[in-house]
Amino acid sequence: MTPSRTAFAAILAKDLRAELRTLQSLPAMAIFAVTTFVIFRFGLDRTQLSGDLASGVLWATLLFAAVLGINRLFVAEREEGGFDAIRLAPIDRSALFAAKATALVIYLLALELVAVPVFALFFLDSAEALGPLVAVLLLADLGLAATGTLISSMAVNSRARDLLVPLILLPLVVPLMIAATGATDPLLAVGGPGYGRFGTWLMVLGLYDLIFVLLGYAVFDFLLED
Amino acid sequence: MYGKGLRPLSIATVAMLAVSLSLVFFYAPLDADQGFIQKIFYIHVPLAMVALVGFVVGGVFAILHLRSGDRKWDAYSYVAIHMSVIFGVAVLITGAIWAKASWGHWWVWDEPTLVSFLIVFLLYATYYPFRYAIEDRDQQARYASVFAITAGAFVPLNFMAVRMAESLVHPRTFATSNGGLPGEMMFTFLCSLAAIALLWVTLVKFELAAKSASGQVKRLRRALDAPGPANSSRIAPEVS
Repeated sequence: MTPSRTAFAAILAKDLRAELRTLQSLPAMAIFAVTTFVIFRFGLDRTQLSGDLASGVLWATLLFAAVLGINRLFVAEREEGGFDAIRLAPIDRSALFAAKATALVIYLLALELVAVPVFALFFLDSAEALGPLVAVLLLADLGLAATGTLISSMAVNSRARDLLVPLILLPLVVPLMIAATGATDPLLAVGGPGYGRFGTWLMVLGLYDLIFVLLGYAVFDFLLED
Repeated sequence: MYGKGLRPLSIATVAMLAVSLSLVFFYAPLDADQGFIQKIFYIHVPLAMVALVGFVVGGVFAILHLRSGDRKWDAYSYVAIHMSVIFGVAVLITGAIWAKASWGHWWVWDEPTLVSFLIVFLLYATYYPFRYAIEDRDQQARYASVFAITAGAFVPLNFMAVRMAESLVHPRTFATSNGGLPGEMMFTFLCSLAAIALLWVTLVKFELAAKSASGQVKRLRRALDAPGPANSSRIAPEVS
C-alpha cells in the first residue's frame, strides 16, 4: 500500500474503533432521530405520512441528526493533539479528509439503518419504497459527508464550533436537500412508489457529491497548515 | 495608497448613477403589463448580478490568497464579500417590494431566483461569525479564504438546484416569447448595470483605503509607543 493509503486506513480504523469503544456519537444520533419523529408526529398531528410531507420529515430529521455527528467529528483530534500528529507525520494531509469523510459516511449509514426502518414503522403503510430509497441515501450521505467534514474541520478550531457547524452547514446543504427530497417525494407517494424525475435528482446529487468531494480535497490542506 | 484614483472614480460613479437614473425615469418606456413599478427592475436586477459576481470575485481573491500567502488578497476577499452582503440586503428588500407590487405578496416561494439568492445570502451571512470566532490572524485569513472558495463554488450549484425544484413564474425578462427586452429598455438596463458595478468597485476601494489608513495609524502609534484606542483591532483584515 502507498503511504497515504496506509494513513487513510489507520485513521479510519482509529476513528471507528474509538467510536465503537466510547459510543459518543452514534447512539446520540439514533436517539435524536427517533425522538424527532415523535416530535413531528405531534407537531404535524399526523399518524400517517406520504409524499412530500413524508420525505420532508425524513430528510429534516436525518440532516439534524447528522449535524450532531458532524459537530463531534474532529473534537478528539483537537483535544488530544491529533492535528499536530498529522502535521508531523510524513503523509498526505488529504488522507485525513478522506478518512474522516469515510468515517462520517459509515456513521450516517449506521444512523439510517436505525432511523429509516423506524420511520417506515411509525409513518408508512408499506416498506416498498425502501429499496430505491437506498440509492438516494447513499448519494446524499456522500455529499453530506464531504461538506460536513470540510465544515467540521473549519469550525473545530474556532471559539464557537458547536454554533458554527449548523449555521454554515445548513445553507450549504440546501441543494442536497432539494435533490434528496425531490427524489424521495414520489417514492413515498400514496399508492406505491413513483419515479418522477428520479434519475435527474440522482444526477444532481451526484454532481453535488463530485463538486464538494473535489473541493474538500483541494482546500483541506490549507486548514491544517500552521 | 489605496486612496489613489478614488476621487475620479467616485465622480464617475455619481455621474453614471445620475445618467442611468434619468434614463430609467425619462427614457425607458413604461412596461405594458406592470407599469411604473417595473422600473425597480433597473435597480433590483443589477444589484443582484453585481452582488453574485462580487461573491465569486471574493472567492477568486481567496484563491489568490491561498496560492500566494499574501494577506493583501485576504483583505480584498473580505471587502468584496462584505460589500456584496450589503448589496444583498438591498436585493432582498427591492425584490420584496417588487414582489408585493406585481404579485401581491412580500415573499414568493415559487420564484427560484429570489429563493436561491436568499440561500446564498444566508450562507454568506455566516462568514462574519465564522471569521471572528478564530483568534489567530493567519489562521483566520486562511480559514476565511477556504470559506470564500467553498461558498463561491456553491453559488452556481445552488442556483441550478433551486431552479430545478421550482415552477417558473419569475419574470423572464431576457427570454420572453417575443424576443426579450426592447432596445430602449436593454440600453437603460445596461447603463444601470454599469452604474451599480461602478458603485460596488468604488465602495470596495473606499473600504480598502479606510482599512489601510487605520492599519497605518496603528503601526505609527505602535512605533511611537503610544496607547491606541482600546480594542481597535476587532475588525479583521488589515491592509498594509
